[in-house]
Amino acid sequence: MHNKTLAELSAGLASGEFSSVELTRHFLARIAKLDSVYNSFITVTADQALKTAAAADAKRSAGNSVHPLCGVPIAHKDIFCTEGVRTSCASKMLDNFVPPYNATVVENFIRAGAVVLGKTNMDEFAMGSSNETSWYGPVKNPWDINTVPGGSSGGSAAAIAARLTPAATATDTGGSIRQPAALCGISGLKPTYGRVSRWGMIAFASSLDQGGPLARTAEDLALMMNVMASFDSKDSTCLDLDVPDYSAGLTNSLKGLRIGVPKEYFGEGLNPGTASAVAEALREYEKLGATLIDISLPHSGLSVPAYYVIAPAEASANLSRFDGVRYGYRCEDPKDLNDLYMRSRAEGFGDEVKRRILVGAYCLSAGYYDAYYNKAQQVRRLIKQDFVSAFEEVDLILGPTCPNPAFEFGAKGDNPVAMYLEDIYTISTNLAGLPGMSIPCGFVDNKPVGLQIVGNYFDEVRMLNAAHQYQQVTDWHNRAPKEIV
Amino acid sequence: MSWETVIGLEVHVQLATRSKIFSGSSTAFGAEPNTQASAVDLAMPGTLPVANEQAFRYAIMFGLAVNAEIGKTSVFERKNYFYPDLPKGYQTTQLEKPIVGPGWVDIQRKDDSHKKVRIHHAHLEEDAGKSLHDTFFDTSGRGMSGIDLNRAGTPLIEIVSEPDMSSAEEAVAFAKKLHSIVTSLGICDGNMSQGSMRFDVNISVRKPGQPLGTRTETKNLNSFKFMEEAIALEVERQIDILEDGGNIIQETRLYNGDTKTARSMRSKEEANDYRYFPCPDLLPVVIDDDTIDQLRRNLPELPDARHNRFMTDYGLSDYDAAVLGDEAQMAHYFEAAAKVSSDAKLTANWIMGELSARLNSSDLDIGQCPVSADYLGRMVLRIKDGTISTKMAKDVLQAMWDGEGDPDTIIDKRGLKQVSDSGAIEALVAEVIASSPAQVDNYRSADDSKRPKMLGYFVGQIMKASKGQANPQQVNEILLKKLDELL
Repeated sequence: MHNKTLAELSAGLASGEFSSVELTRHFLARIAKLDSVYNSFITVTADQALKTAAAADAKRSAGNSVHPLCGVPIAHKDIFCTEGVRTSCASKMLDNFVPPYNATVVENFIRAGAVVLGKTNMDEFAMGSSNETSWYGPVKNPWDINTVPGGSSGGSAAAIAARLTPAATATDTGGSIRQPAALCGISGLKPTYGRVSRWGMIAFASSLDQGGPLARTAEDLALMMNVMASFDSKDSTCLDLDVPDYSAGLTNSLKGLRIGVPKEYFGEGLNPGTASAVAEALREYEKLGATLIDISLPHSGLSVPAYYVIAPAEASANLSRFDGVRYGYRCEDPKDLNDLYMRSRAEGFGDEVKRRILVGAYCLSAGYYDAYYNKAQQVRRLIKQDFVSAFEEVDLILGPTCPNPAFEFGAKGDNPVAMYLEDIYTISTNLAGLPGMSIPCGFVDNKPVGLQIVGNYFDEVRMLNAAHQYQQVTDWHNRAPKEIV
Repeated sequence: MSWETVIGLEVHVQLATRSKIFSGSSTAFGAEPNTQASAVDLAMPGTLPVANEQAFRYAIMFGLAVNAEIGKTSVFERKNYFYPDLPKGYQTTQLEKPIVGPGWVDIQRKDDSHKKVRIHHAHLEEDAGKSLHDTFFDTSGRGMSGIDLNRAGTPLIEIVSEPDMSSAEEAVAFAKKLHSIVTSLGICDGNMSQGSMRFDVNISVRKPGQPLGTRTETKNLNSFKFMEEAIALEVERQIDILEDGGNIIQETRLYNGDTKTARSMRSKEEANDYRYFPCPDLLPVVIDDDTIDQLRRNLPELPDARHNRFMTDYGLSDYDAAVLGDEAQMAHYFEAAAKVSSDAKLTANWIMGELSARLNSSDLDIGQCPVSADYLGRMVLRIKDGTISTKMAKDVLQAMWDGEGDPDTIIDKRGLKQVSDSGAIEALVAEVIASSPAQVDNYRSADDSKRPKMLGYFVGQIMKASKGQANPQQVNEILLKKLDELL
């Protein structure tokens, strides 16, 4: 059962091939048996999952028309608030935090009747590209447990690769959906900024954060998007646009599709194996009827420095609320108010979180604001303009998701900049607010390689169509790590 | 050579919206601590702000009332600092693109001269919660601090003036004018004791013609009286220091109205770097011209216009128009009473005289007046139609103040009716003339010019005989006629 896709599981439930309770028990058993190796879950909500599953079965057997995801198991990244279930953001700071409300995304899945297996591991406060910053320990990549699964949604990606859940929610601030999707050999979609509500999604960098799905196939991502995307009046940055049927365009032909190939994404620093896998994928698209057009995104090189000013600046304010006063970690025996603040934050946050708070506060401080924050915002506008110009000529932009396949634990531990460069191809879409996705397109040394597809604003249907068509003629997305049977 | 005082004000005005500026919680004052604080107000993880449209409308109304440009694109920023009553660790406020741009108001000094005070800008922001010190105790009896977040997120406009005021009198006049404007607009309840309006005063002194001196800021004054006292004290302190050859340190000060003393709170060196930046959770708000025009058309009458109308329509003096017209509640009371009495002048005199004296001695404002405008108007009507005398009216007012009901009931119950029956008065006059032959003789033999002064005796006797109920005007007329007959 665990090798079936979300769409196949949905069909199996509809035909009565198996019940939701059976399905849920099966995945819970796999988690219990295998996740001590991968560490992809922080919290497993077995009782609640089985209750939801039983309710879904009752609903189906009563002959009620149900949502396609009713009774289908999924998992939530532990950044989405779940009422009554600890939501930690993989931080010691929130190890004891049980929200009294649901994120809108969580609420949407409850309404659909989906079964939530648990909350997945991640980099602390979504800050990291390797899942090494989690307070609950690193997640192992199922393709090679000596390597990282990527981050920050590494738990969601690894759980899917290890067939512990068919799909999961995730978030992407600079590549946190696409990079782990690439490193774990699965599919992931970061929607257009404003498409998925951020209410109840713990903020890292508010102007960049966007929730999205991880799954094995583009078809499954479409099913997930049909639930996740919604207008939400509780999020002022959410756009009030009709939600399309993301599954509707999957089978369209790609004849005449104009694909832009940015030269900046194939330069120095790109692993040759990754480069040839992506080149092979581009040839596949030509066979499907698409036209390749060489384009330039001249300001791409500035995306990492701009991002590492803007994201930490926003984070430095977003994380001020974790002060030990109202909820979350509080140091023992504070001497006075300053001691309470300083020790609660010093003891509650990990090193990478502290590093970003410090960098962000510095960039915003008097005398440095113009040189850093303002300059970064100017660069951000230029990067956006690059894309706007490119999309006048092309429908989609394709390239590698990240420069290298999964690296070993500790490989970039003492070099934050090397770690930040892993997001060099993904960050610019967040700065521009554009949708981006990653699908498997080959292997380097038995490690998966991701193909990135960037679309125009709110053009997710076309992106999913392009990904699905590719997955009809390739089988990279069906490969599983050797140990997974 | 004398010193010149330079004063600028920052005024926090709580807007009278029903819900908070970024959440749906109620803004009502006085609820149990933390009962009006939602997940957003508590800054729970993952919660997001949604701006309150009514707060924008109120801020725009204020801008229009002070002749200001309205910011077409209004941007919220985060002002970062740690404090327990600031749950997010930043205050959402405005800096670069405030909702209200430069404007001005006219103030009137006690000598009736006028001055224009410029407003630099006014911006929207959220109020903080309140820290409650030593209201709780741990098991060992140690005092603990509590936080009440009911106030957190109450919408404020902060009005920043130019340093255009040069005395405590002008600063108070400006503050009163703002109070009058926001209450007339109905955008603030004006209740200063509940913190609905709070003043920060920037003060410096200099020799005439010299550049501005170093300023200090005295924060959180919540009454006009304290403001006046705090300014006087600070000006004196600064002049003393400078005359002793010292320097003023730029600092924030706190004034204690009970002890009439002030102390330094923090110096410039200790000031926070607030690291402002645009709030990414709130998109820029674009105000269209239609919204502004619609608010302009529906703006309530403003204090200056009302002041002028009171002078032309009711024939009030400049001073009376100011006393009755500058404050919305007082103006509404006056107009309601005058409508009932149909005598604006007489009504004005009663409000500014007897009624104000009672309000002052009981420390009440007109909104808390136990005598309704309707009752006061009916009382004035009874003076006008001769039912009661001025002296009787004072008794009626006292009775109304004590809650004894409407003026007609009181007049009936107490038998306060003035005797205006000419037959009855004629009889009284005849009686007094008959029983005062010596005084009548004196009157008859006196010079024409001396006679009016001699009337007092007869009037007094007649009023006494009538137990004060005779209509004095009729008594005068009939008495004159009768005495003339004897000449």
